Amino acid sequence: MAKRSRTAIVSRVTDGAGDVVFQGILTAFAAVVPLLLLGLLIQLTVSAWPTIERFGLRFLVSTTWDPVADVYGAAPMIFGTVFSSLLALLLAVPLALGAAIYLTEFSPQWLRTPVSTLVELLAAIPSVVYGLWGIFVLIPLLRTVVVPPLSAALGWTPFFSGTFQGNSMMAAAIILAIMILPYISSVSREVLLAVPNSQREAALALGATRWEAVWTAVLPYGRAGIVGAVVLGLGRALGETMAVTMVIGNRHDLSFSILEPGYTMAATLANEFQEMSGALHRSALFEIGLVLFVVTIVVNAGARLLVWRVARGSSAGSRAV
Amino acid sequence: MTLRKFLPILASVSFAACGGGEPTVFLNGAGATFPNLIYQQWIIEYNQQVDGVELNYQSIGSGGGIRQFTDGTVDFGASDAPMSDEEMSAVNGNVLHVPTVLGAVVPTYNLPGVTEPIRFTPAVLADIFLGKITKWDDPRIASVNPGLTLPAQDIVVVHRSDGSGTTFIWTEYLSKVSTAWQGQVGTGKSVNWPVGLGGRGNEGVTATVRQTPGALGYVELGYALLNNLPPGHVQNQAGNFIEPTIESVTAAASGAMNSMGPDTDFRVSLTNSPGANAYPIASFTWLLIRREDGDAAKAKALLDFVWWAVTEGAADAPALGYAPIPRALTPWIADRFEALTAEGATVWQRPAGLAE
Repeated sequence: MAKRSRTAIVSRVTDGAGDVVFQGILTAFAAVVPLLLLGLLIQLTVSAWPTIERFGLRFLVSTTWDPVADVYGAAPMIFGTVFSSLLALLLAVPLALGAAIYLTEFSPQWLRTPVSTLVELLAAIPSVVYGLWGIFVLIPLLRTVVVPPLSAALGWTPFFSGTFQGNSMMAAAIILAIMILPYISSVSREVLLAVPNSQREAALALGATRWEAVWTAVLPYGRAGIVGAVVLGLGRALGETMAVTMVIGNRHDLSFSILEPGYTMAATLANEFQEMSGALHRSALFEIGLVLFVVTIVVNAGARLLVWRVARGSSAGSRAV
Repeated sequence: MTLRKFLPILASVSFAACGGGEPTVFLNGAGATFPNLIYQQWIIEYNQQVDGVELNYQSIGSGGGIRQFTDGTVDFGASDAPMSDEEMSAVNGNVLHVPTVLGAVVPTYNLPGVTEPIRFTPAVLADIFLGKITKWDDPRIASVNPGLTLPAQDIVVVHRSDGSGTTFIWTEYLSKVSTAWQGQVGTGKSVNWPVGLGGRGNEGVTATVRQTPGALGYVELGYALLNNLPPGHVQNQAGNFIEPTIESVTAAASGAMNSMGPDTDFRVSLTNSPGANAYPIASFTWLLIRREDGDAAKAKALLDFVWWAVTEGAADAPALGYAPIPRALTPWIADRFEALTAEGATVWQRPAGLAE
C-alpha cells in the first residue's frame, strides 16, 4: 500500500523536463568516481608497461632494486608495506578497542569527552611530526630500554634476530600504530555507543557481570562496525608515507626481524620519484604505484567481504538468541 | 594592489609609451635543488640592480630541470649532474653547461668521545660503504688515524634514500677510487646500497647520524658547515688528508683546470681532482643554456645575468655554504658566451679589460 502511493507520487513529479536534467546531472556525478578510478588504473598500467613487459612476475618476487643496472624487484617493499601495517594493527587494535570499550562502558561520565577528544586529537598531528618524534624520542627509547631485553630474551626467534640500528620495522610499526589508533578507537566508540541499552540490560538481567555483558552482548552486536573500524585503520597504515620513511630505515631487504630496517611502497615512491635515473626507473616506480593500488583494493575488498559475513553472522546470532 | 606597487608600473607604462624604456624580459628556469639557495639570492640581488629583467627559478630537482629544458618549457635549466650524451642528443647538442658554484660531499659521523677529525683514505671509505669494514677500530682506519683511540663499535652506514645529486657525486667518487665499488654498485642518483640505513634528504641523513652511535653518513658541505657536523678528512690524489672547506673545494676545480683545457664544455668530473690542497669529493653544479636561442633579447638578458652571477655574484657563495668557481675559469666562460647565438647572430660581448 505504502509502496503504491510512493510510485504514484514519483510518476506525478517526474512529468517535468527539469527532473530529467537533474537526474542526468546526478548520474554524471555518480559516474565520475568510478571513471576516475578506472582512469587511474589505466594510466598506471600504461606507464608501468615497460617494466611489466620486461620483468613480468619477477618484479613482484625479486629483491634486487638497482637503478644503476636497471634491474627492479619490489618484493621487499610489498612485504614491508603489508608487514608494517599488520604489525601496526597488532599493536593498535587491542589498545584502540580497549579504550573504546572503557569509554563507552566503564568510564565515569565526566571523563568520556576529554579522553575521547584527546584520542581524536592524535589524528590531527601531521605525520612529519610523528616522524620527528620517532627519530628523536622513540628510537633512542627503543635502543636503550626496549630492545636490549627483547633481543636477549627473544633473539633466537627470527622476529627479533639481527642487530638493532635504530631505524627499523619496529619503530615504523609503533609509529603507525599510534597514527591509526584514533581512527579505530573513535569509530569503534561510535559503534559501541549505537548498541541499544536493551542489549546490556538483558545480559545483566540474566545475571552476567559487566565484563560478560560487554563480551557476550555488546561486542557481538557491534562486530561489523568494529571490523570496519579496523579496516579503516589498515587502509591508513598501508598508505602512510612520511612518518614511515623517516623511521623505517629505507632498506631494500626482506627480513622478518622487526629489529632490522625495511621499506614500504609508499616510501619508495616518495623518495625516488623526484630524481629518477631513467625511463625504466620511472616505469618501475609506476608499477610500484600500481601494485600499491591493487593491494589496497584487494585489502579493502577482502575487508568488505569480512564485514558482510560478520554482519550476516551476527544477525543470525541475534535471531538465535 | 597598493599605491606604492602601482606607481612604478604606471611609470614604466608611460615610459614604454614614450619609447624610452625597454620592455621587461621574463626568464624562467628550473632544476637542481642543491644550488637553490644561492640562485634565489642572486635573483633577488640582480633584480634590485638591473631593470628590465625578471628572473624566476624553481628548484624541482636536476632530472626535472633537464626534462623541462629539453621540452623547451623553461629558458634555462640547472643540474647537479651533467647531461648524458643521450640527453644531449635529445636537444641536438644545443646546450652549454655553465658551472656556477661548487658543491662538495662530506663524510660525517657520530662517535661520542672522538674529538679530533677522523681521516679516511679512499679505499677505506669505499670498503666501509661496501660493508667490508664493519668496525671503527679496524686496523685500516686506525693506521691513518695514529693519534685517535677508536672504539670497537659497529659502523652504521647512513645514505640518502631519495634520489639526489649528492648521492651521484658520492658514488661517482667511490666508483673512481674503487674498482670493487664500480663493479658492484656503480654511479647514480639512487643506487643499490650494499649496507646501511636510508635517510631522506640531508636533514634525514643528519638526524639519523646524530641519533645513531657509530653512524657514518655523507651530506653536502654547506649543510655540514651550517649544522656544525663533524667532517671527516679525506685523502686526495696527492696523498694529503684534506679538511672539507670552501677553499679546498675551490682548489679541486683549480686542480682540474689543467685537464679541462680552454676548449672544455665544462662537463667534467671534479672528484679525486689533482692538486695538493684539493678536496677530492667535489663537483660543479651547472646552469643549462641554449647554444642557439630563438629570442635575442632573452638570450642576452640571460647571459648578462649568468655572467654577473659567476663574477660579482660569486662573492655571495661562501656565506651560504657554496664554494665559488675559480677566478681563472671565468675567461673560458666568456669565450663560450661570445660564441653563443640567437636569431642567427652573437648576442654577448665580454666586458672591456677581461683577458682573452
